[in-house]
Amino acid sequence: MDRSSVTFSRLANSAAFLILPVWTVLGILVAFNFLSFSAAVVSAVVLLLFMVGTLYFVLTEWLGVIRWARTLAQGANPNALKPRESIITTDPVAAVGVVWRAWQRERELLAGAVDWHLALFACLPDPLILLGDDRRVTNLNPAARQTFGKDIIGRDLSAVLRAPEVLEAADAVLSGTPTREIEFTQPVPVERTFLAQVLSLGIVAADGTKAVLTLHDITSVRRVEQMRADFVANASHELRTPLSTLLGFIETLRGPAHDDAEARDRFLAIMQDQASRMARLVQDLLSLSRIELNEHFLPQDKIDISALVNKAVEALHPLALNRRMKLVINVDSTVGQVMGQEDELIQVLQNLLDNALKYGREGTAVTIDVKYVSRLPAAAAHLKVGMTVLISVTDKSDGIAREHLPRLTERFYRVDPARSRSLGGTGLGLAIVKHIVNRHRGVLVVDSTPGEGSVFSVYLPLVSATNSNSPLSQSPPTHHLMGR
Amino acid sequence: MTNRVDHIVSSYDKELHILDSQIDRMAGLAESQLDTALKALAQKDNELASSVLISDQQLDDLQTQVEAQALRVLALRSPVADDLRRVVTALKIAGEIERIGDMAANCAKRALVLNQTSSLAPLHGLLVLGRTVQGRLKASFDAYRSMEIFAAQSVRDMDVDVDALYSSLFREILTYMMEDPRTITAGSHLLFLAKNLERIGDHATNIAEETIFLVTGKTLPADRPKGDTTTSE
Repeated sequence: MDRSSVTFSRLANSAAFLILPVWTVLGILVAFNFLSFSAAVVSAVVLLLFMVGTLYFVLTEWLGVIRWARTLAQGANPNALKPRESIITTDPVAAVGVVWRAWQRERELLAGAVDWHLALFACLPDPLILLGDDRRVTNLNPAARQTFGKDIIGRDLSAVLRAPEVLEAADAVLSGTPTREIEFTQPVPVERTFLAQVLSLGIVAADGTKAVLTLHDITSVRRVEQMRADFVANASHELRTPLSTLLGFIETLRGPAHDDAEARDRFLAIMQDQASRMARLVQDLLSLSRIELNEHFLPQDKIDISALVNKAVEALHPLALNRRMKLVINVDSTVGQVMGQEDELIQVLQNLLDNALKYGREGTAVTIDVKYVSRLPAAAAHLKVGMTVLISVTDKSDGIAREHLPRLTERFYRVDPARSRSLGGTGLGLAIVKHIVNRHRGVLVVDSTPGEGSVFSVYLPLVSATNSNSPLSQSPPTHHLMGR
Repeated sequence: MTNRVDHIVSSYDKELHILDSQIDRMAGLAESQLDTALKALAQKDNELASSVLISDQQLDDLQTQVEAQALRVLALRSPVADDLRRVVTALKIAGEIERIGDMAANCAKRALVLNQTSSLAPLHGLLVLGRTVQGRLKASFDAYRSMEIFAAQSVRDMDVDVDALYSSLFREILTYMMEDPRTITAGSHLLFLAKNLERIGDHATNIAEETIFLVTGKTLPADRPKGDTTTSE
């Protein structure tokens, strides 16, 4: 039975209810002979018909209003199906209209508040993860999505953050502790330190959220501390030798060789050599410190590799001429741009070319190739064929024995210390290259055949329309050579 | 990433989910143990070394829990195909992780001894080896968790690098010991440490291989690329 229709039983009930008193009055009048029976019957019937008619009209209008009000509850437009105007409908319709408008206003205010809070949540720079029962991830902000790079809603927190300290803190907060703060380190691929805070919401939200996890990157802070210590250690170690040599000669010149002109000339030449070596060393150490400090920040500029290659080759032309060596450039001009830092990339090219020209045999050629590749080495698993450029420097030299390859990029590691020093090397060239390539999320691979020569290959990701800058999520640029 | 379709019985999903998060916990703990052991060596910190030894028990407990949970699922749900591989792989990987934890604890034990002596130069190379192994371990866990074959494959291929590093380090330590017999104690500890780290690298490769099996259902040929020349010279 449709609740909003005028059915016979409804009509009959209402009519009966209203007509009974009238008929009673008529009956009494007939009983007291104020009215004849026939007149009473006629008036009774007339009144009944009149009553039914009126009731029918009233009920229809009234139920029409009710039906209309119900459609509003389901979200219909109030102007559709509006009951036609009549004395019954006008007031109720107006009243319902007032309620409806009030409700709409309230809704808009609430929606506005929700949008505002969502926008605030979304633009927070630190990654935020909302946790529900059992460490289940209920929501995360765009910063977190970018950091963790994948869809983790509904999964356990341990699927993305395995550090036991963080999981313990999350467990503690979810079982009652109001807040916990811990520091944890992600040692690979690039060492990063985070300050994680887990805070209890105090209430259980509609989607089950009970706690909030925030991550704050404090890598820079720790790096600076570490670097200060390292720099002091490295610098003093490597500077001690030339300094003591210098002091020795100065002492000799002030003492035994005071009047020996020939010795003086010879010693002064050596002293100048040692002093310039120290100057170069300090320069390189400072470069390295600067690069390391920024290693975990992705570079922001778009760089054209071929232009850089030309600049680097030009700078090293004199050295090549000196040793009667040729610099051969093979650049694929269709190669796109790299997301990088110009000075640092030039430094990479210069260091590699410098090494090739120093260790290559006199009169031979050094080749620089810039091209796409069809196959990537194992260490470059995070790069994509077609979106990667290979920059390789090939030389004809004595080559490097296999056992030295993994440690080539270690600071101050030398295969042949005497030779390296006599050629003016600081021992830091490849370490600098390694850290710059690391910063650019690329890979450095060295291949060498003793007796023939070496190939130093740098693989760099190219700029694409959708470049995912998720430092944490990108799987290892565990470059082929590791070293400190 | 392969999408897992939900089972009709959601408690089945929940049980598999518990298994997953137990493995994740073990993985995180093992990574942390290795990291702490290496730090103990680098910073000559005996406290850190002791903390690794204490925490090793946690890993053993977790492995027992994983076994219990896996048996539960096998007994109650009789899984087939994907699910069966998932449960069996979880069991095997739990075993690998437990052994990795043991190796890390062993490293910490030797660190306690080494810290009494002055450090030899090869310690530096050892830490480099440690770093490399850490990277591969993380890569293998990430590949397992996201079930990505290519990532797992590359972990497997990089075993050569670790072996090369290990060989170079081995030779260097031998040289030091030959030059100065007083360094033999420290040197032999370094040798064992290097071996431990190389073994952890092998376990990481095992995990990668098991991930490939989990996703493809095929076992790989037994000859993985090897680069360890210490036993052939």
